[in-house]
Amino acid sequence: MNLTLLLLVPLLTAIAVLLVPNRQQVKWLALAGASVQLILALALLVIYRNEVAAGNTAQMFFQQQYNWFPSWNISFHIGVDGISVAMILLTAFVVIAGVLVSWNVEKMTKEFYFLLLLLSFGAYGFFISLDLFVLFFFLEIAVIPKYLLIGIWGSGKKEYSANKLALMLMGGSALVLVGLLGVYFGSSQHTFDLLLLSKISIPVKVQMICFPLLFVGFGVFTALFPFHTWVPDGHSSAPTAGSMFLAGISMKLGGYGCLRVATYMMPEGAKEYANIIIILSTIAILYGAFATMMQKDLKYINAYSSVSHCGFVLLGIGMLTKTAITGAVMQMVSHGLMTALFFAVIGMIYERTHTRQVNEMGGLLKKLPFIITVLFIVGFCSLGLPGLSGFVAEMTIFMGSWEHPDTFHRVATIAACMSIVVTAVYILRAVSQTAMGPIKESYHHLTDATWNEKAAAIILLFGIIAIGVAPFWLKDLISPGAEIIMQKISLVK
Amino acid sequence: MNDFFTILKPELIITFIIFLLLFIKIGKGMTNDAMLTLIQVLLLMNFIAGFFFNTEGSLFDGMYFSNPLITLQKSILSLGVYLISLLFTDWFKKTQHLPEFFILMLSALLGMNFLISSGNFLMFFLALELASIPVAAMANFDLEKKISSEAAMKMILSSAFSSGILLFGISLMYGATGTISFAALPALLTGSPLQIMAFVFLFSAFAFKLSIVPFHLWTADVYEGSPIAVTSFLSVISKGAIAFVLVSALYKVFEPMQAVWYNMVMLLSIITMIVGNLFAVRQQNIKRFLAFSSIAQVGFILVGISGNSPDAVAAVVYFILIYVFSNLAAFGVAAAISSQTGKEKIDDYKGLYQTNPLLCWVLALALFSLAGIPPTAGFFGKLFLLTAGAAKANYLFITIAALNMIISLYYYLRVIRSMFMDKNEQPIEKINIQPSTKMALVICAAGVILIGLLSWVYDYIHSMV
Repeated sequence: MNLTLLLLVPLLTAIAVLLVPNRQQVKWLALAGASVQLILALALLVIYRNEVAAGNTAQMFFQQQYNWFPSWNISFHIGVDGISVAMILLTAFVVIAGVLVSWNVEKMTKEFYFLLLLLSFGAYGFFISLDLFVLFFFLEIAVIPKYLLIGIWGSGKKEYSANKLALMLMGGSALVLVGLLGVYFGSSQHTFDLLLLSKISIPVKVQMICFPLLFVGFGVFTALFPFHTWVPDGHSSAPTAGSMFLAGISMKLGGYGCLRVATYMMPEGAKEYANIIIILSTIAILYGAFATMMQKDLKYINAYSSVSHCGFVLLGIGMLTKTAITGAVMQMVSHGLMTALFFAVIGMIYERTHTRQVNEMGGLLKKLPFIITVLFIVGFCSLGLPGLSGFVAEMTIFMGSWEHPDTFHRVATIAACMSIVVTAVYILRAVSQTAMGPIKESYHHLTDATWNEKAAAIILLFGIIAIGVAPFWLKDLISPGAEIIMQKISLVK
Repeated sequence: MNDFFTILKPELIITFIIFLLLFIKIGKGMTNDAMLTLIQVLLLMNFIAGFFFNTEGSLFDGMYFSNPLITLQKSILSLGVYLISLLFTDWFKKTQHLPEFFILMLSALLGMNFLISSGNFLMFFLALELASIPVAAMANFDLEKKISSEAAMKMILSSAFSSGILLFGISLMYGATGTISFAALPALLTGSPLQIMAFVFLFSAFAFKLSIVPFHLWTADVYEGSPIAVTSFLSVISKGAIAFVLVSALYKVFEPMQAVWYNMVMLLSIITMIVGNLFAVRQQNIKRFLAFSSIAQVGFILVGISGNSPDAVAAVVYFILIYVFSNLAAFGVAAAISSQTGKEKIDDYKGLYQTNPLLCWVLALALFSLAGIPPTAGFFGKLFLLTAGAAKANYLFITIAALNMIISLYYYLRVIRSMFMDKNEQPIEKINIQPSTKMALVICAAGVILIGLLSWVYDYIHSMV
């Protein structure tokens, strides 16, 4: 399959959106573009599985390489493995849902969809690039659309949040940049090519400096404690689709980078710093969970719980076992779908009640049966109910963590497990306060989800349940990639 | 004799244009509009001529030399001047002394061309004077404004001061080595204290012109007081030329003293970036704002210069090419707004997007490029400067430079925020843009997007080094 299609489709749709005259056409064009993206992503999944079934054992599939700045040894090198395919699927699901829930954006519709599509362009590019320069290029492309989405279409203290997000993410990418330059000059060959770099061993001294730079840099994107502070503000101020993209896709860029770039390229560094990663991510998990307990605003609840859930991703990576890494990727996909749906539902409720404070709601189940049912399901997914994706992913991470017999890892695992109880408390409380009880006078006229909202919710629900009921297809997709990463790590004494 | 004409071609063409304008002025046969069109056509031809019949070689006993890279650098400057003639049409049409303005500007350009080509400190000094004195006269061109003459006064005084220091440095260098020829100097440089002192004086003259901190104090006032056309000339063309010369002086002439100048360049780069950035954060006037941001950009150029490799030369030239497009686009938008409404404050731009979406996008692209955000060319420019600097494996320095990009993003976003996000009851009304200005803005915007993505531009520059 030609991977450049994944870049061309969003880009051309984005440009086409700018050219068509009226709002209605913009929306349908964006939806058409997003549908093509979804079809491409599904086709990629099918073709990839066929290739694997046919016995193709290449590390990266469908590679393409074009010269780009040959004097710096930079080439436009793309290709995918199972992990990238999973992330591309996630992106396609979230994009189409995001386009659908933004159906009623009145203000500057054209620009809104343009930026959304640009964001998806950046995400696809990031997940398929095998050259670190190209990867960094796509990582940074996504920063400004986020800033504008929050600043223009957001709510609350949007300018503050947008600034904070842009600057913190820029800080993260500055660290990534220095780390990449360190790798470029530190390795014997001056190259940014991921596959080449993974074959030659980078000197341990370079790894000790560059691993933390890269890991923290990417970690900022995925809410690594203590650099998570942009998450609650950014998510809660963003428009619905913006929050979905931020939590669903953008935070995953960081996790993917931590795994694919930092950990895979520098196994010695990863081993050296693994304990610190575990400590920080355990703090993030617990702190995020307890902080969520104190929130009254639905968006803040989901934003803080994202800090907690993304902590699991980093915990899985820090554990450095095959099962845990597989779990980390599954958690990225699962959390991406779940949190996108959560934000979508919050957006739907907010559009009707004009409040996000849980204590001002109540009894909404009677008036909004579809929306609130989805809220229940996604809440259960968040607290790890078996049969939904959250359980599968977190369970895999815990299994992987438990493979370490020593006290330190056991304590971290148990501490992280405890957060599930806290999650149950805040989710059940928020959901029951929203759904149950007497309904307010002013909410009697509310109407249930429209066709586009239903479609968005069903698409994401499909993903969550598909992973929850049949996790094997996702696991089979991810584990060869995790295997290759582990092979490098196991060589380190 | 044939060589004389081909080698000296860029300078001869500019001189020819200067005299042509002078004769037309004396003949008094033209309106401002026709004159401006003529000038634009001449400057375009000057730019195009830069690509043909180029020969390498030296003239006047090595006082003047030319090679493909130098020709390319001259073309970049000519391109910048051409864009300036298009961008500020509004202001040019209103001014009473149009031919004089361009005569002065082209004289300065002529000086810069000689500066880039100079092979001897004597030539270097003469060229530098020719490149600075006309600019001071240009700064005074808003004749009815007091602030404009103040700017000119500050400019000429600081310029004279730095020339004095430069001359002192040259004479010390002559005393220490017995020569002022660029070709003969490297062999005689030993790094003795006297030579280092001479070098420090020479370097401070560069620092003055490039407004490297702590020699930057004249910059903001001069930029604010001068007409925007002059400000943009100063901050883009003049800085570009000096940066080109600094690179060749450090890499070729002072190569043996590399250990000395590396530390100097590094320290100056760090304080220049930090001071420029921190001051830019507080500015309200868009011209002052761009002045401080250009100081910070120079700090960034120094990061690349510290790399001392052919890659670094290519990165600096490439960055300046991008800087021409992005900074001129920013100044062009500011000028279009200021010439019609007189508003120059960032707060005045609030709500501009509702009335002038296209201007806003051009300015946003320019600022993103200055901040180094992909897919604009500035991203590639900054990244290559950093990469060139990182070759020295001084990671603390590179980290400080990378973190400075965050501060700069903060203040560039302030303008973006004013335009796109802030509400305003009475935003600036729809601006009527002259066709030639529009064309120049489109060229700049296209340059900002394409120069980075099309890698052959960089490859072309790299092949010249």
